[in-house]
Amino acid sequence: MKGRVIFNEDTCKGCGLCVNACPMKILALDLTRVNKIGYTPAHCFDMDKCIACTNCALMCPDSCITVERLDV
Amino acid sequence: MTVIFKKTKGLTDKPLTYCPGCTHGIIHRLVAEVLEELNVLDRSILIASVGCSVMSYDFFNCDSIQAAHGRAPAVATGVKRVRPDSIVFTYQGDGDLASIGTGEIVQAAHRGENITVIFVNNAIYGMTGGQMAPTTLPGQITTTSPYGRDVKTQGEPIKVSELMATIPGTYYVERVMTADPVSVRKAKTAIKKAFQNQVDGKGFSMVEVLSSCNIGWGLNPVDSLKYIKEDMASYFPLGVYKDKGKI
Repeated sequence: MKGRVIFNEDTCKGCGLCVNACPMKILALDLTRVNKIGYTPAHCFDMDKCIACTNCALMCPDSCITVERLDV
Repeated sequence: MTVIFKKTKGLTDKPLTYCPGCTHGIIHRLVAEVLEELNVLDRSILIASVGCSVMSYDFFNCDSIQAAHGRAPAVATGVKRVRPDSIVFTYQGDGDLASIGTGEIVQAAHRGENITVIFVNNAIYGMTGGQMAPTTLPGQITTTSPYGRDVKTQGEPIKVSELMATIPGTYYVERVMTADPVSVRKAKTAIKKAFQNQVDGKGFSMVEVLSSCNIGWGLNPVDSLKYIKEDMASYFPLGVYKDKGKI
């Protein structure tokens, strides 16, 4: 595990641009839940593979994503 | 854990009113990050335009004025002249800048005003429901060109960056896009340069950002990024069109 992504799920509009941008393919829209503004929010299903590249956060139009890198 | 990316202080906590997947949000964030990084947020003045970005005064964490349709460069001229220490920038779409506001932007550029213009080109009138804009691509289907834009009757799309580069008063003109993480990083570099030019008193800088309108184009957000990359960027070539600092 090199990093961690934290989603502000309340403002996510479920557009899927982060899912498309993730090089490790570990993001997905959670189709089983609906957030308070009525969208299916993105989430990370395998955080161990995150490389903290920030691609998801760069492509998020609503600035919902915070990225942390593990200190070595 | 070290935080390496978080929401910039240049944006307010208000949720953006844009459609899901609209790259307006990315461009807002890039501008706000640049203002924060250059440490000019407290003396920046946004001149908001009319269009989808009409509410942008709610989203940027700086002072702002809402200009009449297309008149943002004229308002920016006035603000910059009475407050020369402020960082004045306009945020305009293609319906605003390339259509009703063509006169204002061309004249402001000829005067060489020391302002920064962020021009968001998504090839359509997004807010009013996807009508044909001056920048709509040949053959592109919109609600007012249901058979595709016919250049014989409706003319060719305006290439604003090329036009602005021919104006002697402009200092810096670049076209970028927001189609993938690499191009978003490049877009930020261009926007930062445009603001740095103003801080240094160099003159009129404009960055044209190719953006998406997935609702107006009838595509999903991911396909609309492909459309920017493959269709829009081939008609509107990316690159630096003018940089007086490098001559």
